[in-house]
Amino acid sequence: MSVLERRVAVETGPGARPTAGLVVGLAVLVGILAVVCFFSITLGARGVGPATIVKAFIDFDASSASETVIREIRVPRTLIGILAGAALGLSGTILQGVTRNPLADPGIMGINSGAAAFIVFGIMVLGTQSIGVYIWLAFAGAAFATVVVYGIASFGREGATPVKLALAGAAVTAVLTSVTSAIIMTNVDALNELRFWQVGSLAGRYFSVLAQTAPFIAVGIVLAVGTGRALNGLALGDDLAVALGQRVRTSRVMMFVVVAVLCGSATAACGPIVFVGLVVPHVARMLCGPDYRWILPYAMILTPIVLLVADIIGRVVVSPGELQVGVVLGVLGAPAFIALVRYRNLAEL
Amino acid sequence: MAELLDTPRRVRTARSLRNRRSYLVTSGLAVVAGALFVVTMMVGSFAVSAPDVIASVLHLRDNPSVDFIVRDLRLPTAVAGLAVGVALGISGTLFQRLLGNPLASPDFVGISSGASFFAVSAIVVLDASSTVISGSALVGALLSAFLIYLLAWRDGITGYRFILIGIGVSQLMLSLIGYIVSHASIYEAREAMTWLVGTVGQAGSGELRTLLVALAVLVPVVLVLERPLRALELGDDTAKALGARVELSRLGLLAASIVLVGFAVAVAGPIMFVALIAGPIAQRLVGRGAGGIVAAGCVGAIITLGADLVSHQLLPADLPTGVITGLIGAPYLIWLLVTVNKEGRGG
Repeated sequence: MSVLERRVAVETGPGARPTAGLVVGLAVLVGILAVVCFFSITLGARGVGPATIVKAFIDFDASSASETVIREIRVPRTLIGILAGAALGLSGTILQGVTRNPLADPGIMGINSGAAAFIVFGIMVLGTQSIGVYIWLAFAGAAFATVVVYGIASFGREGATPVKLALAGAAVTAVLTSVTSAIIMTNVDALNELRFWQVGSLAGRYFSVLAQTAPFIAVGIVLAVGTGRALNGLALGDDLAVALGQRVRTSRVMMFVVVAVLCGSATAACGPIVFVGLVVPHVARMLCGPDYRWILPYAMILTPIVLLVADIIGRVVVSPGELQVGVVLGVLGAPAFIALVRYRNLAEL
Repeated sequence: MAELLDTPRRVRTARSLRNRRSYLVTSGLAVVAGALFVVTMMVGSFAVSAPDVIASVLHLRDNPSVDFIVRDLRLPTAVAGLAVGVALGISGTLFQRLLGNPLASPDFVGISSGASFFAVSAIVVLDASSTVISGSALVGALLSAFLIYLLAWRDGITGYRFILIGIGVSQLMLSLIGYIVSHASIYEAREAMTWLVGTVGQAGSGELRTLLVALAVLVPVVLVLERPLRALELGDDTAKALGARVELSRLGLLAASIVLVGFAVAVAGPIMFVALIAGPIAQRLVGRGAGGIVAAGCVGAIITLGADLVSHQLLPADLPTGVITGLIGAPYLIWLLVTVNKEGRGG
């Protein structure tokens, strides 16, 4: 099969779905996301109806508790859920594509914990409290962890295999955790701050957080969605991608930058969240076939749906308290991850 | 032709040289571990000389004031450091060799985090005593190991699947721990975090005694199983051809190393990195001869006792042992990852 034919096979061949169907599917997902957003705004310790939502935006009454809850808490929370979800889904997809590794995930690879460790370092050592500083620390941490983990895992003959990548991620996470513990053992206030932060959550995220992180995520999303064609090339193997005229090294570096931006800002916004960036791209791949130009938008819509549903579950099951979304996804995501390891042929990317 | 006939003799000489090196190095390591054990009991706010320590521990003569300091105050910590170190070192190297990957230590593949989840639940939810905390840590280690083994079973166990599923289970446990710690009162959270880092002196004498019994029973078992282990390292098919009962020996070795980790974690909490780095260090020192397991146990004890000494004697603030092993372990780990990754097989 010629290079061109193989490329055509990825974009139109078996496994590829007709474009019309893909568009309809995407539209359905957007519809589902809208419904989920509605529930995310209305459900919770204080139930509110659709009329109240409309009124909160058209004719805001500051003395109404329900309207205040909507404007100040539920809407920012939902928006952050959408943005962080999109960021995690896209970065997971890109990581899996770039490393040709089905288990590449911001959580498993320790990228989240890199961002987390740098933020903790910021809280303890620099004494910073502002989200404006957090986000730069999170970028630095995410970039640091990506480079270290991938670099470590790529040593050796076979390159970055799933097992090596996962172990390198676990190991680097452990190192960062022990450094973090050394800092927090000596400082009760720091411990108190960290223990809430280290469970990923959408709770208590107000407009200030949204305003600081949204621009970065938006830029990241735009860049990420544009990587589809390059990812299709890389999926054929480096040699073929070069033969197709791609600058493999440049596009790899670019993609890692995009991943660091997306993961860093998502982690800065809602703390470390695992599994979702790993599992959802696989679901997207099942829905729309092997073409990354479609997997990316599907993952971008699907992940926020999963994240918001998990957040709603966390609010409803132990109401009036709540389970953080990180915990819900940890509990739901682990079986999905294990199923993936057991039943899929992991060499197939 | 003469050279060809010479070969068996040459192999024999090489092998005996290698074994001699292995015995020498292992005894050297044991001596160092013993020395650190004694030093741990010498230093502190009241210094005791080495002969006095040895005399007191062995009940050679009675000197009430020295006996009180050595036997009652310092001996339990020193024994805990030694026993925990040996247990972690041995179980770490067994894991690494069984799963065929230098990074597959119980720290990372879900065993320690299972123990941590149960212990933290006991601290925060049950407000339990130290015996109950240790008991739950043990139960947690065994349960999560059993769970991982079950989930990874598919016509047998491959190291590759065991590691990945272990990491998945570990992430699950970590998010549950995060939830519990975030819902605890600040005092309980602090207690839980301290336990999570792991420190040598925190156990009661009951747990320590159980660990010692476990070591006394399991170390001989492991040494007997070392031969099938070396066959297993050649791959399942070769091992079968060599006459090893593959699944049975693997299950026995795994069970032994999991029980050792469970008891060690119950005594001292999940002290990081000891299980990870003891095996490779020992292997490097001993070479590829026999006896790597005992050497790994000695290295584990040296690291644990050394870290305990550093945290109590050299640092201004008393930090948990696990912080020190973490800080020693981190640079070593990076180096290990970079150089040894080449040897990893599977996946």
